[in-house]
Amino acid sequence: MKELANKTGNNMERRSFVSSILISLTALFFPKVFGARNKMDKLKDWIFWTDYDAKQHLWGMGIDINKCIGCGRCVNACKEENDVPREPFFFRTWVERYSILKDGETEVDSPKGAIDGFKPSVDENKSVIRSFFVPKLCNQCDNPPCVQVCPVGATFKTEDGVVLVDSDYCIGCRYCIQGCPYGARFLHPETRTAEKCTFCYHRVVIGLKPACVEVCPTQARIFGELKIKASPLARFMRKHAINVLKPALNTEPKVFYANMDKEVR
Amino acid sequence: MNFFNKKIPEQVTRLSILLIILIVVFIFVRSKLVPPDFGEYGHYRTSAIDENISQEIKYAGQDICYDCHDDVVETKRLGYHKNVACEVCHGPAVIHTEDPEELILKAPRNRGYCPICHEYLPSRPTGFPQIVAASHNPMKPCISCHEPHDPKPPEAIKECKACHAEISRTKSLSHHVYVECTHCHTTPQEHKIQPRDYLPSKPSTREFCGSCHAEDSDASADIPRVDMFSHGERYTCWQCHYPHLPEVR
Repeated sequence: MKELANKTGNNMERRSFVSSILISLTALFFPKVFGARNKMDKLKDWIFWTDYDAKQHLWGMGIDINKCIGCGRCVNACKEENDVPREPFFFRTWVERYSILKDGETEVDSPKGAIDGFKPSVDENKSVIRSFFVPKLCNQCDNPPCVQVCPVGATFKTEDGVVLVDSDYCIGCRYCIQGCPYGARFLHPETRTAEKCTFCYHRVVIGLKPACVEVCPTQARIFGELKIKASPLARFMRKHAINVLKPALNTEPKVFYANMDKEVR
Repeated sequence: MNFFNKKIPEQVTRLSILLIILIVVFIFVRSKLVPPDFGEYGHYRTSAIDENISQEIKYAGQDICYDCHDDVVETKRLGYHKNVACEVCHGPAVIHTEDPEELILKAPRNRGYCPICHEYLPSRPTGFPQIVAASHNPMKPCISCHEPHDPKPPEAIKECKACHAEISRTKSLSHHVYVECTHCHTTPQEHKIQPRDYLPSKPSTREFCGSCHAEDSDASADIPRVDMFSHGERYTCWQCHYPHLPEVR
C-alpha cells in the first residue's frame, strides 16, 4: 500500500507541485487588484464631484413646537422631494397633534400624517387644556438601534452623523423597523427595502437645506451644524430649554425639541 | 521529513488539507461576494453614500428665484410672508429653474389652500393669524382681497359695512358679493353723520334690475336672465327677490 502511494506520489516532482500551487494561489489576489482600481475610480469621482468633507460636519435639527402651525407643508415637501409613496401610511416626516385633556389623558392624532393639514378635532365634549403640534422625523440617533440590528450592514451612520440606508444591500427583513423606537422607518412597497428620513442628504451635501426646512412657513424647523458653536442651530439650542424624544433609551437623538411638554413621547 | 510524516497520522494530514482548501475557498468566495468598498469607514458600503447623494433634487431653494423674479421677491421681502419660501405655494421648482418653459409653476388660486395655514385651530400657536373660512367672505377667493406676496392685517372698516354689518355678511354669502353697495344705493355724504335724515336711495324701477338681468342686457353671460315683459310684470323685483341674498337656481 505504502509502496503504491509512493509510486503515484512520485509522478509529480515536489518542486513543480509547489510552484503550481503558488501560481494558483496568486489567483486569490485578483479580486483585490480589481477592487483597488474600483476604489481609485470612486475616489476620483468624489474629488471631482464635490468638495464636501463629511468629517467637517455634524448635522442636527431643532424643532420649536411653539412655532409649528400644523400646516403639513413639510410632509408634502418631503413626499415630493423623496418620492415617498403617496399612501397615507408611508412617511419620512409627519406632524402629530397632541391634546392634553382635563382629566390628565393625552390624545394624539395625525390624520394622513397631516399632509393636508388638520381639521378642528371632532369631539367637542372633551375639555382640552392644551393642544399643540409636534413634527416628527427620524431622530438621526448618535447611538442608533436600527444600525445595531441590521444583519447585513445596509443601514449605517455616516461621519457627519446622518443615518442612511443602502437600498441595494437591504434585504427587507424589517428588523430596523422594529428596532426604531420612534417609528421613523417603513418598508417601501415597491422596492421592498427599508426607508427613512435622510435629512435630505443629497441636498445637504451641496449646501441646500432639507426640503421640510426649506418650506416650513414659520421656521419651526431649524437645520444646521452641531459642531460649529456660532451656527443658528447652536444658538437655538442655547436660547431654549432643549428636550429630545425618549431620552431614557440613550439613543442620543440629533433632533432637538424646544418648548416640549412632558406628555410628548 | 519522514520523521515529520510518521508523527502525524494520515487522516489528520488529509483533514488539514481539506480544511485549508475550505478556508481558501471561503476567503476567495467572500472576497468575490463582499463589495470592495465594504468596511472602509464602518460596517457598510462606502458607495452607498454616493448612491444616496445621487438622488434627484426637486426643491430648488428660494435664493435662486431672485435671479429672475426679483420684483416679486422684493415685494415679499418686507411683508409678513417674508419667511414663507416661494416653493411652499408654487411647488417644487428645480425643473423650472433649469428650463422655465418646460414647467410653468402654478399658484393655488382657490380658497382651499390658504386655510391650510390660516384656518382657525385651537392647537395653533397664539398670535398666528387665523380665520374661520366658512364665515370669512366664503364666496370670494382669498387673493381677491389679500395679496399673497404682501398680505396685510385687516384694517378698521370705514365703509357701509361698519354700520350695516348684517347686510354685509348676508351679501358676502350671495351671488351679489361683487356688487358694490353704491351700485344700487346712492348715498349722500350727510348719511354718515345724520343717517335717518339723509337716507340712501333704493332702486325703484324694474328696469334697474333689468340692466343686468333682462334678456337684451349686455352684461356678463353668466348672469341669469328673465323675460322682463312676462316675468312678474305687475311687481317690482325686490317684492319677490331679496337683493342682498338672491335665490340660487
